[in-house]
Amino acid sequence: MTMANNTAAPTEAPVFYLKEEHHPEQGTMLGFWIYLMSDCLIFAILFATHGVLGRNYAAGPSPADLFDLDLVAINTSMLLFSSITYGFAMLQMAKGKIAGTQLWLAITGLFGVAFVGLELYEFHHLWHLGATPMRSGFLSSFYTLVATHGLHVSFGIIWLVTLMVQIGKRGLVPENKRRLMCLSMFWHFLDVIWIGVFSVVYLLGVLG
Amino acid sequence: MSTHSHAHDDHHGHDHGDGASHGTFNSYLIGFILSVILTAIPFWLVMDGVLDSKMATAAFVVALGVVQIIVHMVYFLHMNTKSEGGWNMLALIFTLVIVVIAVSGSLWVMYHMNINMMPKMDHEMIQNFG
Repeated sequence: MTMANNTAAPTEAPVFYLKEEHHPEQGTMLGFWIYLMSDCLIFAILFATHGVLGRNYAAGPSPADLFDLDLVAINTSMLLFSSITYGFAMLQMAKGKIAGTQLWLAITGLFGVAFVGLELYEFHHLWHLGATPMRSGFLSSFYTLVATHGLHVSFGIIWLVTLMVQIGKRGLVPENKRRLMCLSMFWHFLDVIWIGVFSVVYLLGVLG
Repeated sequence: MSTHSHAHDDHHGHDHGDGASHGTFNSYLIGFILSVILTAIPFWLVMDGVLDSKMATAAFVVALGVVQIIVHMVYFLHMNTKSEGGWNMLALIFTLVIVVIAVSGSLWVMYHMNINMMPKMDHEMIQNFG
């Protein structure tokens, strides 16, 4: 019997390809990551613009005159808190708990709203001081970079509310889980961009 | 064609591992604590003027920012060399190369433009041509 098996084995067709799955099951996550990388290029160019124009004050106010670092620190903590609360929402989603997911998403949204609100307050305050985008090259590049980030966060909040409605209607179906994972990448990516903003624009700016 | 793609969707439609890990409560907490520390230190350095040298402070701010970005990538975005069969990492590396070229190139070129267009040089040129 064993002899028969041994003689049968070599006649099997040789296998040349790798059997384990090499490409991902769903292309959406990778596609969304590539979108984020293209978004990263937009921010890179805005950072480069700010790097070039950031010291052109045109005899106007400098970052040390304008920026309130206490406010920036509070703003940064809002975004940091929203990152971990989104992480908790994802953990609830993995457990399949709809109520927990919705609760943590709502908290994340509130932190996001607080962030955008504080940023709008800061812009309003700067505008009131006469530090408008028209004042100098520094302020033009500052508003373009920071407002582009703020706009991304605002759209993230709209997306988050939309998903909360979707989950409320359909529950944690695979489609909604996929969307939540895309928003998770988007949200954490914006946090990464903000690290660059508070380090380069605010801290290095005030440092002079 | 349409039936084929539908069958394809059905096959992949169910909730399947996407190659990306989700992280755990502990990994999120570690990432959060690290990023709080890495945020607090640069703010403290600049707001309290801890270091005398501006260059040293700037270097610390940039270095801590880079470390914090890596912490966020690992603990919040769950980046590793294996997710999505490595294509995530490849796209990131490609983007970083482009970003470095664009940012450092812009700063380099524009810095030299500024140097070469100093009013002093303008004055010399006028004298030479005058």
